[in-house]
Amino acid sequence: MFVIGLGHYLSVAAILFALGIFGIFINRKNIIVILMSVELMLLAVNLNLVAFSTALHDLVGQVFAMFVLTVAAAEAAIGLAILVIYFRNRGTIAVEDVNLMKG
Amino acid sequence: MIIQAIAFYLFAVVAVGSAVMVISARNPVHSVLFLILTFFNAAGLFVLMGAEFLAMILVIVYVGAVAVMFMFVVMMLDINFAELRQGFLRYLPIGGVVGLILLGELLLILGGWTLSPEAAQQAAAPLPAAGTVTNTLALGQIIYTQYLYLFQAAAMILLVAMIGAIVLTHRRRPGVRRQNIAAQVNRRPQDCVEIRKVPSGKGI
Repeated sequence: MFVIGLGHYLSVAAILFALGIFGIFINRKNIIVILMSVELMLLAVNLNLVAFSTALHDLVGQVFAMFVLTVAAAEAAIGLAILVIYFRNRGTIAVEDVNLMKG
Repeated sequence: MIIQAIAFYLFAVVAVGSAVMVISARNPVHSVLFLILTFFNAAGLFVLMGAEFLAMILVIVYVGAVAVMFMFVVMMLDINFAELRQGFLRYLPIGGVVGLILLGELLLILGGWTLSPEAAQQAAAPLPAAGTVTNTLALGQIIYTQYLYLFQAAAMILLVAMIGAIVLTHRRRPGVRRQNIAAQVNRRPQDCVEIRKVPSGKGI
């Protein structure tokens, strides 16, 4: 209980990941909150990588977490840019209207 | 040891609680603020695990750039958020079932799983002994040697993302007078200046 080990960190990461999935489901119309949920899931993945890096005394996990962070930042930038032009074209960000693009 | 446990539980509980608020807050501005709180507490967990460099990067990149960018977009777009929340209760059961099943499976794996004893000897880049080298220095020593190409690829991804975001959101508005430097540089005196002889006593 009072000795914090690998399992504790992995449990927190698992809870955060499940919350990210849950957030995508319950905010199906609001794409901004969906993007935030994706950020939460990537944060959980980073927690896992760093926890294993510490437990196994291997620095590679932290290097990999840094690359995951890079990709997360790029994904947020592109996602929000797409969101902005979508809003400019249609005046709403409702996800359900996106399938109008099918033609 | 007890202080470490207290700090862990504090950071973990606040991180999970604010993550719940991120996905359930009525106002997206509040969601972004709780997202910032989650990132701060995750950075605290990173410090507890001994990854100080990543913790600081998390605060700088996520809180300083990504969360502020989310805040910018939420406030810049004029969106009726009440309308977007309509399906909230309809999707609650299915989302809850999927989330709980996933969480149960992950915790089940955590319960019946152990590290193999020889896993610790197979570290590709062993952590330096505590107190000899800082975490930042140790990370830099392997990023700039063994992982140089991956580091360059990450830089390339960021460059592409930056150019992509600018190209996507940039628009030419008609009716705006802007400076055309090429046209200015290409102007020649003979195109623009005309010398005329003016006879005395007459106008032009």
